[in-house]
Amino acid sequence: MSRKRMIIGLLFIMPWLIGFIYFYVRTLFMTGQFSLSEISIASTGGFQLSFVGLDNFLYAFRAHPSFKQILTTSMFNMVVDVPLIIFFSLFVAMLLNRRFKGRALVRAIFFLPIILNADAITEALTMQLQMMTGGLSPMSSEVASAAGNATVSVGYYLSLFENLALPPVVLDYIVGAVSRISDIITASGVQIIIFIAALQSIPPALYEVCRIEGATGYETFWKITFPMMMPHIITNVVYTVVDAFAKSPVVDLAYSTAFTEYQYGLSSVFSLVSTLLVCLLLVIVVRIIQKRTFYYD
Amino acid sequence: MEKLRKQIRRIEQSPVYADVKNGVKKGLKEKLFSVFRFVIILGISYVILAPVIGLVSSSFFSNADAYSPTVFTIPMAPTLERYQRAIVHLKYLPTLGRTMLFSISLTLIQLMVCSMAGYGFARFRFPLKKLLFACVVVMIVIPSYTIMLPLYVTFRDFDPLGLVTLLTGAPINLMGTTWPVYIMTGLGCGLRSGLFIYIFNQFFRGLPREIEEAAFVDGAGTWYTYFRIMLLNAMPAVITVSVFSLVWQYNDTFFGRLFLISNNVLLSKRVSSLQVNIRTLDKIMDPSIQQLYVSAGIVLLMLPMVILYLLLQKKFVESVERSGIVG
Repeated sequence: MSRKRMIIGLLFIMPWLIGFIYFYVRTLFMTGQFSLSEISIASTGGFQLSFVGLDNFLYAFRAHPSFKQILTTSMFNMVVDVPLIIFFSLFVAMLLNRRFKGRALVRAIFFLPIILNADAITEALTMQLQMMTGGLSPMSSEVASAAGNATVSVGYYLSLFENLALPPVVLDYIVGAVSRISDIITASGVQIIIFIAALQSIPPALYEVCRIEGATGYETFWKITFPMMMPHIITNVVYTVVDAFAKSPVVDLAYSTAFTEYQYGLSSVFSLVSTLLVCLLLVIVVRIIQKRTFYYD
Repeated sequence: MEKLRKQIRRIEQSPVYADVKNGVKKGLKEKLFSVFRFVIILGISYVILAPVIGLVSSSFFSNADAYSPTVFTIPMAPTLERYQRAIVHLKYLPTLGRTMLFSISLTLIQLMVCSMAGYGFARFRFPLKKLLFACVVVMIVIPSYTIMLPLYVTFRDFDPLGLVTLLTGAPINLMGTTWPVYIMTGLGCGLRSGLFIYIFNQFFRGLPREIEEAAFVDGAGTWYTYFRIMLLNAMPAVITVSVFSLVWQYNDTFFGRLFLISNNVLLSKRVSSLQVNIRTLDKIMDPSIQQLYVSAGIVLLMLPMVILYLLLQKKFVESVERSGIVG
């Protein structure tokens, strides 16, 4: 019986397993192979590999004009954005979790960015936002962004805060967060959904105990809500990092190197190096969070 | 005077007084909080909605409105000309029909394959299960961009295990067709399939085993149980995954670009070439006017999904809450 169950179980996952081996294991191996070789397209449309060792890697790190900058900025932006997105979405989820009038409407609006995440749509919406905040009639994006700076100078209002005794690093971070608020909001749709679902799954008995023991809202958050959210914070961090990576300039670079400059080997190096870095980042972050994570069961 | 003070103290010490005082304090706190919440929500909604409103309104702008510095958001001489031309260039209805057919069929395949894999991981025991499930997580983490080049090569000369060569004599070129996407989705490696397998796995694990046991006792086979009982019980997960899958397929340009899928099948690809068409075919050279047509095109692209979303919104949000997406 258990043997039969085992076979049926394997049958259930069989389509995925075949796909995984054929499309992931094999292709990852191929990417590695490409990165170590010079690829030339034969006239018949096929391709030939000739082994060149680490040449592609050396070229990418020593000679390529922009790879290193693009890689570091992509990574840096990711590290800066992820905590902002996580805290923002947790905050919004807690706000939306309570019952209030018009909650359905608010939720409909907040999940709208998930529906509108096509490249073309995002681009057009970013441009519109510039126009709306700049208070201009439609014109080409260059003009709008140039003129937008002249009409609404966010920088001026932010400079007012410079005299506070905040360390410049913190101030820069906050200024960056404020100026990217729309990016952060549009990138948090799925995370808000995950957090709301997670908040619903916290047993209400825990909150009841808190109330009886006389804990304040602040204490309740740090002693109950936040620890219970920890596992989901991990899920969200993974999702956010992967999502941010897919949209990062380093991916565009890999794409254009392969399909407009036809340097397939180099493009494989870019993909491989950036993926490895992202995986490393994920492992580190997940490890750090996991150490502090409390699992209910 | 002394008497009065005593009386006040007595009132202060009475439990009713404390209750009333706390009640007033609590009510005030609640009010302040709801004001605070309202302000925050209004601000965020503005950031989300402002560009959408701007897009919709600018798609109605006439040339005079576009050039006038006094017009903001509300056009003075609204026109439908942008939409008429955009619909012609996009071949809107036929393309939309094909795109919907493409996305919906892919969504159904994805539902099928991912729910099966999720169920397999949730309910059966087989060797290397932990390792294989780790592979699902790897699939979520590794972006499809990493493997785009080998994928291109694979489908450029499609020849799994030499089978195609055996049958027809030469590998076939699947570039420019929709086959690559169907094959990948059918084998559980479509757009974010890993995430969907994960969601289904979490949900099936949360369902009580008694449901299945009852079905077995009544003589139902494994497959019958799965299709007729487990899938129906997993409705929240099914709805969540279908909405995500449909929206992401519909908006996706990555596979479309990589596999050179024809513009006839993908509305999103057609919209991105709209501006060039307006410039070269209609000889409208002013970029700010071209942009108005693009706005109309993008509104047309968004419209079906927004309508669908508004129809399904309530069900979707409820399902997400119950779908155990969080595990």
